[in-house]
Amino acid sequence: MPDLDALYTSTLNGFEVAHAGFVQVALAVSAFLFVVGTVGVFVRRNVITVMMCIELMLNAVNLAFVAFSRAHGTIDGQILVFFVFTVAAAEAAVGLAIVIALQRHREDLDVDSFNIMKG
Amino acid sequence: MILDVILFYGAAIVALASGLFVIAQRSPINSAFSLIVTMCSLAVMFAMLGSGFIAVLQVVVYAGAIMVLFLFVIMLLNTKQDEGDRGGGIGRAAMALGIILALQSMVVVWKGAETLPANQRVTTSADVARGLFSSPRFLYAFEATSILILSAMVGAIVVARKEKGK
Repeated sequence: MPDLDALYTSTLNGFEVAHAGFVQVALAVSAFLFVVGTVGVFVRRNVITVMMCIELMLNAVNLAFVAFSRAHGTIDGQILVFFVFTVAAAEAAVGLAIVIALQRHREDLDVDSFNIMKG
Repeated sequence: MILDVILFYGAAIVALASGLFVIAQRSPINSAFSLIVTMCSLAVMFAMLGSGFIAVLQVVVYAGAIMVLFLFVIMLLNTKQDEGDRGGGIGRAAMALGIILALQSMVVVWKGAETLPANQRVTTSADVARGLFSSPRFLYAFEATSILILSAMVGAIVVARKEKGK
């Protein structure tokens, strides 16, 4: 049986010699994905696709949290990611329930057709 | 280690490309699969940034549970294809401008993050648990999330339920 302790430590050591530019790259990727998600919310028509773009934005924010947690050597960023996970799960559950109700009542998922609140 | 660098930059490139595919696809199901690829490559980046617990959560909760829920709803409703962009030609121009904006913001953040330190500390799930439970700072927020999940569950059932007598 292999020594699990040694395996675990060596994996951690593998992470420890990380490249110094990782934080910078992660933040740049995070900014790109956030803006792409925002563009998707405005450009796409299907309600489900719009919700997936919101998930993309949440993921981009999570990446920024983890990168800053890494940069400053604190754990708070990762705990906030944990909270974002739970809120995203709740949001997806309620949002998809609303999508199912919309489909049942209107037979349509195009965001432009839901303008009943328009003044 | 050179392998770390290759893995991290590869995951970053895959995340950028598949994130772009999420909004460039016509059909929601293709967007969903692109989003799963984005989330998995983000999980690789989390792991390389030294937070393995968040990487595991990303795969299990996001790429697993939440995206399965999305795919389930897409297949259940059997939605027709997304017919082009909103507003026709203007919508397509808006998407092109938005991608340019995304590249610009990427460059700006890249420049701004140059002076950030790269801490060498690796955090485990025990560290996350200690930060979450050992001080009352996040404890009440954690308890509040349990109420949030419970009310979201009840709300989802109430909203999606078929009304009687209809």
